[in-house]
Amino acid sequence: MQDFLSSLVMVAFHGLAYGMILYLISVGLSVTMGLMGFVNLAHGVFAMAGGYMMLSAMSRLDVPFPLAIVIAFCAVALASMVLERFLYSRLYSAGELEQVLFTIGLIFMSVAVARLVYGPLPQPVHIPGYLKGQLHFLGRDFPTYRVFLIVFSVSLVALLWFGVERTRWGAMVRATVDYRAMAQSVGINTSRLFTLTFALGSGLAALGGALGAEIIAVEPTYPFEHLVFFLIVVAVGGLGSLRGPFVAALLIGVADTACKYWIPEFGAFFIYIATIAVLLLRPEGLFGKAT
Amino acid sequence: MPAALETRRLCKSFGALMVADQISFRLESGARHALIGPNGAGKTTFVNMLTGRFSPTSGAILLGGEDVTALGQLARVKRGLARTFQINTLFRNVSVVDNVAFAVAEREGVARRMFRPAGSYHAVVDESMALLDTLGLAQDARAVVAGLPYGKQRLVEIAVALGLRPRVLLLDEPAAGVPTSESHRILDVLDALPKDMSILIIEHDMDLVFRFAQRITVLAQGAVFLEGTPAEIAADKRVREVYLGERHV
Amino acid sequence: MTHAGGYIADARIRAAEWLPWVFAALCYFAAPSYLTLGSYILTMIIFALSLDLILGYGGIITLGHSAYFGTGAYVAGILALRLTGEPLLGLLAGTLGAGLLGLFTGLVILRTRGLALLMLTLAITSLCYEVANRATRLTGGADGLGGFSIRPILGLFSFDMFGKTAYLYCLVILFASWWLVRRLVYSPFGASLTGVRENNVRMHAIGAPVYQRRVVAYTISAALAGLAGALLTQTTQFVGLNVLGFELSGELIVMLVLGGVGRIYGAFVGPLVYLVAQDYLAKRFPEYWYFGIGAMLVLVVMFARGGILGIIDAGIARLRRGS
Ligand SMILES: Nc1ncnc2c1ncn2[C@@H]1O[C@H](COP(=O)(O)OP(=O)(O)OP(=O)(O)O)[C@@H](O)[C@H]1O
Ligand SMILES: [Mg+2]
Repeated sequence: MQDFLSSLVMVAFHGLAYGMILYLISVGLSVTMGLMGFVNLAHGVFAMAGGYMMLSAMSRLDVPFPLAIVIAFCAVALASMVLERFLYSRLYSAGELEQVLFTIGLIFMSVAVARLVYGPLPQPVHIPGYLKGQLHFLGRDFPTYRVFLIVFSVSLVALLWFGVERTRWGAMVRATVDYRAMAQSVGINTSRLFTLTFALGSGLAALGGALGAEIIAVEPTYPFEHLVFFLIVVAVGGLGSLRGPFVAALLIGVADTACKYWIPEFGAFFIYIATIAVLLLRPEGLFGKAT
Repeated sequence: MPAALETRRLCKSFGALMVADQISFRLESGARHALIGPNGAGKTTFVNMLTGRFSPTSGAILLGGEDVTALGQLARVKRGLARTFQINTLFRNVSVVDNVAFAVAEREGVARRMFRPAGSYHAVVDESMALLDTLGLAQDARAVVAGLPYGKQRLVEIAVALGLRPRVLLLDEPAAGVPTSESHRILDVLDALPKDMSILIIEHDMDLVFRFAQRITVLAQGAVFLEGTPAEIAADKRVREVYLGERHV
Repeated sequence: MTHAGGYIADARIRAAEWLPWVFAALCYFAAPSYLTLGSYILTMIIFALSLDLILGYGGIITLGHSAYFGTGAYVAGILALRLTGEPLLGLLAGTLGAGLLGLFTGLVILRTRGLALLMLTLAITSLCYEVANRATRLTGGADGLGGFSIRPILGLFSFDMFGKTAYLYCLVILFASWWLVRRLVYSPFGASLTGVRENNVRMHAIGAPVYQRRVVAYTISAALAGLAGALLTQTTQFVGLNVLGFELSGELIVMLVLGGVGRIYGAFVGPLVYLVAQDYLAKRFPEYWYFGIGAMLVLVVMFARGGILGIIDAGIARLRRGS
């Protein structure tokens, strides 16, 4: 019994950490898909890029951890802005198929570049000394880094939600997701809004990829391998919503951890089953707006 | 004799917005009936409910006396209901005659056949060609729709609906987007439709409405505001306020 | 885009349409050491044809078509291992198995569209992969399924180590598949699929049972994918987990797009060019190969949506106008 309780706590804890990372990575995808109606399968590329940025900044340039994180965020956000302006924006009015093909193409290219530059193996992760070790509370030991991960992500998410609820930018995003044509006609500069939101979403994904490098290994096949999970988070959560993907990410994080812990022989079987069930009952996702 | 099409206290809301408010309406058989009203009055939504594209929040729809409220679009088409769209809704990258033939083939139950080439169903092809001929589109039959001028596309829109040989035809602003100089062609086509076809037309072009319709219903903010003969409607001052007033702001 | 089919199309087989078959026959004699690659290409052409049916004609975007290919492959493999190595029976079983899976999954997932549909196709493939990966006793799991032998075709032609029989076998099956797909594309059913893709709203308005049409097309396509999978199992005498992988679905889309979507011969040209290029480049310069594939996709989307055949069409049109 004591054992069971203990493993329950551990599953919840690690599931939470994994879920928060999934959310950081996927929330941008949800918002951009809801906002621009763009099927961006290449979103994982930004997360991977963030991971590589941070790790190589730390290991090759001896940049301290906090600064490396900031660098990853800024570099990826900037690069994604360029991509959005020159490539993505041309395909906003194109069909779903074109968007899917284009973003698959981006994945292929980024996988190749990552392998050229960093080789095929996962990158080693360096956790700074002050985040190593265990923290003792609730009568148990918890890895310090993961505690930090959870606390940091939660504050980031709180900041994000506050921003969307309270700032002018947030109001414009919400208005445009709900009433695209109307937003344009009342003079919202949607093209600038798209670029900024896209950059922010990519930056968050980069943060997720960087912070989560210890959970989701940074390797060239990253954008392909984890695509299914990022998409599940968005599709199950609901497009254009902030809360939906949050709930979905935590559910998946905990469920995946639990499955791996208790019934590893089934792999992700139940997650796929649950995803299919949710999408059949609510094609617009748990929190999406019905169309 | 039952009406060709009838609604009883039909309601529809999108969230808090009430778009159809207790619409009770009769389209007599063989009628030429116009539905007018300012932008956003709920005319297109009304048509969408009639065809089964939207389901009403409450109320009933009767087609030839039969309650079809619970039936889907397909079943209503099979019972002789066809429509055109306010904004062209065509198979754009396909030839004009194919656009019509798709409809004819569905009506004839040919469209699910898998083995013989489509072109070997001569009845379908000939009927589609003949139909285009009566609409003056014979020359454009082989052209791709997307390449036609908008006015001609509006005619194709009507041709596709006629390919279903409807008993009840709903026309949603057939002349919308057509230059006035060409709208007479639309009117000619409408005038030539069989007399036993019951027609409901939505139109903003008042010349066209008053020349074509024997009866007019005015819709405002989702509710029937007035119904009468063209003369009655033309004489009613309130209609001008509701309708014309808002049209010319 | 130009599309075959419709009510005024000439459905007779044109002279140029015999070219691929002449070419395939020539390859048999001219390149005997490439017959294994040739068989694989022929198999992938069948697979690409099946995708073209739903993607190019039906407008259903799927990231999970390998689910049906893999099902056909495993059914044929398990049948050969447990019951009989009779090849035609194996093809039939693979086709039926994948067709049934296509019917059931199609009935369920085609109620949705957009992202949900895309996601469902992906989830179903992932699920199949997971099942095959874990049901080791039946499928061999990650080690793959081998150790079975395929009997001579019709009791007459046994598979040889040079792949001659396999090549001709694939060619005959491809010919039959092509003939069926061609019939379908030119039929009223094919025309109505075009209608569904071109304008779903209008299709409903003319009283077409859209959902039913999509399910039928999806089932046929799945069955054809299963046929291709079963063929791969028999000609390679092995089934690996990758037949169910998302990568294979992705590669297939790339091949079809490269050749040209929504045209029968796009499914011929794409796999040929892709797989031959892969054979030359992928082993020597894997990174550049993947980069090239990605860049090609981006370029096709941006500039040449009709793929290789689209470019050729445009070239011919320009020549005609010029002269
Ligand atoms: N799918 C929908 N969801 C939400 N609101 C809708 C929807 N369709 C229509 N509306 C709203 O319902 C109201 C009536 O629209 P409708 O298109 O029926 O008007 P209409 O009388 O046809 O106008 P017009 O003359 O401009 O064609 C409008 O305010 C419109 O914004
Ligand atoms: Mg309208």
